[in-house]
Amino acid sequence: MNTRHALLAAALAVGTLAGAATVQAAEGTPNPPRQSWTFAGVFGTFDRAQLQRGFKVYREVCQACHQLKIPFRTLAQNGGPQFSVAQVTALAAEYKVQDGPNDAGEMFERPGRPADFIPPPFPNENAAAAANGGKAPPPLQVIAKARGFERGFPWFIVDVIPFLQYQEHGPDYIHALLTGYEEPPAGFTVPPGGHYNKYFPGHVIAMPNPLSDGQVEYPKGPDGRSPVPETVEQYSKDLAAFLMWTAEPALEQRKRMGFMVIIFLAVFSYLMYYVKKKVWAQVGGEAEGAPGTAPLGPTG
Amino acid sequence: MSQHATTYVPKSRFAKWFESRLPLAGLVHSSFIAFPVPRNLTYFWTFGAILIFMLAAQIVTGVWLAMHYVPHANLAFDSVEAIMRDVNYGWLLRYLHANGASMFFIAVYIHIFRNLYYGSYKAPREVLYLLGIIIFILMMATAFMGYVLPWGQMSFWGATVITNLFSAVPVVGDTIVSLLWGGYSVGNPTLNRFFALHYLLPFMIAGVVVLHIWALHVVGQNNPAGIPIKSGKDAVPFTPYATVKDLFATVVFMMFFAWWVFFLPNYLGHADNYIPANPAVTPAHIVPEWYFLPFYAILRAIPDKLGGVIAMFGAIVVLALVPWLDTSRVRSANYRPLYRQFFWVFVIVCVLLGWLGAKPPEGGYVIAARICTAWYFIHFLVVLPLLGLFETPKPLPSSIAETVLGKKGGAGMPVGAAAEPSTRG
Ligand code: HEC
Ligand code: HEM
Repeated sequence: MNTRHALLAAALAVGTLAGAATVQAAEGTPNPPRQSWTFAGVFGTFDRAQLQRGFKVYREVCQACHQLKIPFRTLAQNGGPQFSVAQVTALAAEYKVQDGPNDAGEMFERPGRPADFIPPPFPNENAAAAANGGKAPPPLQVIAKARGFERGFPWFIVDVIPFLQYQEHGPDYIHALLTGYEEPPAGFTVPPGGHYNKYFPGHVIAMPNPLSDGQVEYPKGPDGRSPVPETVEQYSKDLAAFLMWTAEPALEQRKRMGFMVIIFLAVFSYLMYYVKKKVWAQVGGEAEGAPGTAPLGPTG
Repeated sequence: MSQHATTYVPKSRFAKWFESRLPLAGLVHSSFIAFPVPRNLTYFWTFGAILIFMLAAQIVTGVWLAMHYVPHANLAFDSVEAIMRDVNYGWLLRYLHANGASMFFIAVYIHIFRNLYYGSYKAPREVLYLLGIIIFILMMATAFMGYVLPWGQMSFWGATVITNLFSAVPVVGDTIVSLLWGGYSVGNPTLNRFFALHYLLPFMIAGVVVLHIWALHVVGQNNPAGIPIKSGKDAVPFTPYATVKDLFATVVFMMFFAWWVFFLPNYLGHADNYIPANPAVTPAHIVPEWYFLPFYAILRAIPDKLGGVIAMFGAIVVLALVPWLDTSRVRSANYRPLYRQFFWVFVIVCVLLGWLGAKPPEGGYVIAARICTAWYFIHFLVVLPLLGLFETPKPLPSSIAETVLGKKGGAGMPVGAAAEPSTRG
């Protein structure tokens, strides 16, 4: 056996075992089907229109229960939905934000500003739980990174290979969850206050099916119709993409920079390889055993 | 301090003045420039340089993160999120640091398996090897405490599970645990002391690394043939030969590192750690970081708590005893046909243990983990001592130069001092 290759393979196997650590208690729950995302892959970028639609659905549907702890201003940031600053300022002003204490020592309400965080729907977690049958709806800003599932061997190795890599477990799960409401199978009793969901671990979720076809009106194209269908399927995808952005606002910058870093290192290592070869040629080469030519130079 | 007399000659007046008061430049020169390096080293010998790079990278990114991080149970999670969102290139710092820990462990595991394969722990390198084991233990402590800092669900519950282990220690167990916690459960005091220690330990690692290199300076490097440097032809000076090779390997490793940081930054972490710590909700599976999984599997393989703890720490202790457990006179597995096979079985067992550590402790997984745990110890305590007695090694080459250049010969290094000190003093 070629020792060098075998050791390398073993090292890689140990390294990639880590994949096995991305576990979620999901025995008996099917893995979410894989979707195609514009932000996946080495060159992935967000689809601005999709993020804007996702935000609209969040605002009109999910915000009734879920906090999204991000400042309004980030909605105008590069690499995000990129609403205009005017749009974001107007949007923020529609919300009432608590501020204070003022000179009289009193808290007061004022219209929101872009620097404010989007206000939460409930004053605290207990209130959120009390209003939702005992289960508080989790804040959504990092939910796309806070949910995962195990793909098992050999996928956890395949999923790290360049150009086959798979990092979109979170958005796939959100999409699956929002489209996964269905009738429970015969013999499955859903406890009161619960709802059957195919992809939720354990199948019983406290969140009622939040979406229905045609519920949210999307911006119209020039022909007076929305360019994408107004369906649960589409809402879910747009939301999942939007929540991926809120979880990872620097995703585009990261991938762009990463590509340049890797190209730079590739060129650098290519040059280093030839420098090394040249240096070693002075002493008859490395293990390859090239014939020695130049005598040993001054080495200090 | 060593028998390698330095060939460094200070040139400027200041250098002469300084060198006669503190011969620092001469020390550096004899360790990293004139140091004789066996000419047959493969890329497995570049991981030392890669490890130094990784330690430096962790310290630089860590100190930077510490400028923005808040070690408080109510604020830590949000401060890490603020680093990711609001600090300029904060996401880069954090992903470098979090993935850097994994890269550090990949490199150290390759480094350790390299030692086991080529018998690098044998005389006269026992102290060098033991210093390495100390570094490894400090690394594990540092990484464990670092993983607690973001104060997510896995941080909290991982800390709870691991610190609870110490309660198995007879008599003083509970005292140790409350000392670790700074209270009666994992909480804000725990987070604070873990942060202080997480800041401190890497600098202790750096100190032990200096000793590690000092010991290396004295005994010289082992090599794939496992035979000592006998003449100048066997060696080349560290600079430029090893320097360029180490640099090249480090750049390639950086490329591997960059792939994770930029394209799979959360793959090696756990999704649950993006949920803020909540003492009232236990995650369905509590799994440590991947680099602890083999030890975690050993811990859970033993049905008794104290027994599991002893086995887990024992797994590291036997590693430290290897220089005295291995009875063979031949170092390199290239010339030990039987050991070579046992070595690969051992590697597979370790990888399996890692996989089992991530599985729930039930059914067939438990049985497999027990078999692998048993083999882990049998390998060190039975196979290594016996093999040396029964194995017939292949004939060793007469010199390092011969293994590389055949009988052709080539230029080498004018070193008499290159030979390693005689064994077993
Ligand atoms: C009527 C209130 C309500 C609305 C509206 C609502 N949710 Fe929820 N959501 C909940 C509750 C309650 C939970 C907690 C469920 C549980 O843990 O059983 C939850 C949980 C979730 C989870 C986490 C599931 C998990 O794996 O733990 C996600 C993701 C989610 N909601 C997304 C959304 C999105 C996207 C929308 C908008 C389309 C939305 N929710 C609308 C109440 C709501
Ligand atoms: C041996 C070197 C080191 C190792 C292996 C290491 C490992 C880790 C790990 C695994 C984490 C958790 C990362 C995460 O999941 O978010 C972490 C976090 C952290 N480390 Fe280190 N670390 C090292 C050195 C340092 C140093 C020298 C400092 C300087 C103070 C430091 C400061 C921090 C801080 C502030 C955090 C919390 C921020 C975060 O979680 O991203 N680390 N470290």
